[in-house]
Amino acid sequence: MALLDIDNLSVTFDTDDGPVYAVSELSLSIDRGQTLGIVGESGSGKSQTAFAIMGLLAGNGRTAGSVRFDGQELLTASKKQMNALRAHRIAMIFQDPMTSLNPYMRISDQMAEVLTLHQGMSKRDAVAEATHMLDAVRIPSAAERIRLFPHEFSGGMRQRVMIAMSLLCKPDLLIADEPTTALDVTVQAQIMNLLADLQREFDMATILITHDLGVVAGFCERVTVMYGSRVMEEGPTDPLFAKPTHPYTLGLLGAVPRIDDEDAQMTAIVGNPPNMADPPSGCPFHPRCDFAGDDCLTMPPLEPFAEGRARACRRPVEKIAP
Amino acid sequence: MLTYILKRIAIAIPTLLVLIVVSYVLMYMAPGGPFTSERELPPQVLANLNAKYGLDQPLWRQIATYVWNIVTDFDFGPSFVYKDRSVNEIIAQGFPITLTYGVLSFLLAVIVGVSLGVAAAVRHNSALDYAAVGVSIGAQVLPNFVMAPILVLVFTLWLGWLPGGGWQGPEYWILPVIALSTSFMASIARITRSSMLEVLTQNHIRTARAKGLPERRIILRHALKPAMLPVISYLGPAFVGMITGSVVVDIYFSTGGIGKAFVDSALNRDYAVMMGVTILMGTLTILFNLIVDILYGWIDPKIRF
Repeated sequence: MALLDIDNLSVTFDTDDGPVYAVSELSLSIDRGQTLGIVGESGSGKSQTAFAIMGLLAGNGRTAGSVRFDGQELLTASKKQMNALRAHRIAMIFQDPMTSLNPYMRISDQMAEVLTLHQGMSKRDAVAEATHMLDAVRIPSAAERIRLFPHEFSGGMRQRVMIAMSLLCKPDLLIADEPTTALDVTVQAQIMNLLADLQREFDMATILITHDLGVVAGFCERVTVMYGSRVMEEGPTDPLFAKPTHPYTLGLLGAVPRIDDEDAQMTAIVGNPPNMADPPSGCPFHPRCDFAGDDCLTMPPLEPFAEGRARACRRPVEKIAP
Repeated sequence: MLTYILKRIAIAIPTLLVLIVVSYVLMYMAPGGPFTSERELPPQVLANLNAKYGLDQPLWRQIATYVWNIVTDFDFGPSFVYKDRSVNEIIAQGFPITLTYGVLSFLLAVIVGVSLGVAAAVRHNSALDYAAVGVSIGAQVLPNFVMAPILVLVFTLWLGWLPGGGWQGPEYWILPVIALSTSFMASIARITRSSMLEVLTQNHIRTARAKGLPERRIILRHALKPAMLPVISYLGPAFVGMITGSVVVDIYFSTGGIGKAFVDSALNRDYAVMMGVTILMGTLTILFNLIVDILYGWIDPKIRF
């Protein structure tokens, strides 16, 4: 049994202008110790998938389908059951380290409360353990700096604090929602290296949500490509990037700047992502797809087509023999 | 921190001096005087009176003498109207009363206002929220001079539960405190509610939820402190409003506080009492603003003195 099994998950937000479809019929699973990347443009539904797993959707969000963690259904779990899992067995790192820590509390208090709550530690032991964890994320002179407030740290250091805080209970599953988006490029690399080391050290299943394909390639064993609330293509990272078959994956890869090939043209995908309050019928990508035809007006199912790979497309770019 | 407080106290001294000079000059320039009455006094008597109280001196000398007596003897002078009473005695008699119902009103307004605002924000868009908003809008348009007669009408004249005036024991405190605090309580509830709603949408609250903290702890430990910042900035003006409100309370409920002495002194041209109460209120306001600033620093670690 997989550690996390998402089956047919849909997330809809009720707004004054009608329902907005954030995630549609999404299925994926991840085993213990595995790394999975979810990539896609802004608004493709990747972050809302994470929030649905954590039970942190906005008040007007509705879910359908099933999210099972270690056999336990999360979508219908009570608040108390969810609170027992959060940070303890499923932890999350957020996009913006500048605002994700409480600016009015000392780092020591913010970190210690995770351990006093979930592991019943004394405040003293919890602070000692938190200091160890700050050492583990390579924050220099952690023992002194744990007494500081978040504004006394740089953005990269704050994200290290967030990572340390999420790892305190040695969770089985870590969800990192664009952990490096708000950081400088050099800091991005440090944070991703740190995450990769810690992932191996703690042997956690990790879901990395990002729009940065370079980050995915270096970190994840498997990738799920999302667009317009749906999964377009999924599979092991290397073959998926080496031989993309879905026109959207191909477009995404074509839009990555390359420094190793000076003649390579960077090609943008023409058009804009769909408005999910009024999604296009059928495949959400067909209005922007060079290969689309009339048969794309109904949504193709996500079907396996090669070893470990699946795609939802009627007109794949390249036929691959199974 | 200590240096900061000392610095603020040092700044308070020139502020108070300016307050004294401006009030004194305004008082001096207003037509009439403490001995003006319908029946004109013989010129010789008036001259004697003015000489006795030092009013025949040039303005600058009057002010200098006044300040000198305060600094050396803490003597705010004799009342011009009540022949055998000093300003110090009048303040010593009225101020404890004002302080009692003032502090009670302030605590009631803050405690009830904040609790109501937090409860409304936490149960956003529920019946409780709508009730709290409705009641606070209603209460906000009921200032003390409207509340006071309504309270006396209902609780004294109709129901006969509570005394409508006087100051002889705790049951006499209830109506003045309610009259004085209601509109501030309503404002504090509304400010707390909207600021709490805003804080609850912030990213660090989502982090707190992701940590599995129970809702109660999220509200009390993570959200309440930042949500209090706008409330604390309102406390300064609220305090000044309560001072003026004490005038109304003293008149409606005959509580005998300092507000009554203030109004009487203005009507009687009792220069000394007027100045004494003005300085007292000015000092309290300065002190209170200092407390508010210290509270700010305690809540927001980015503010360092």
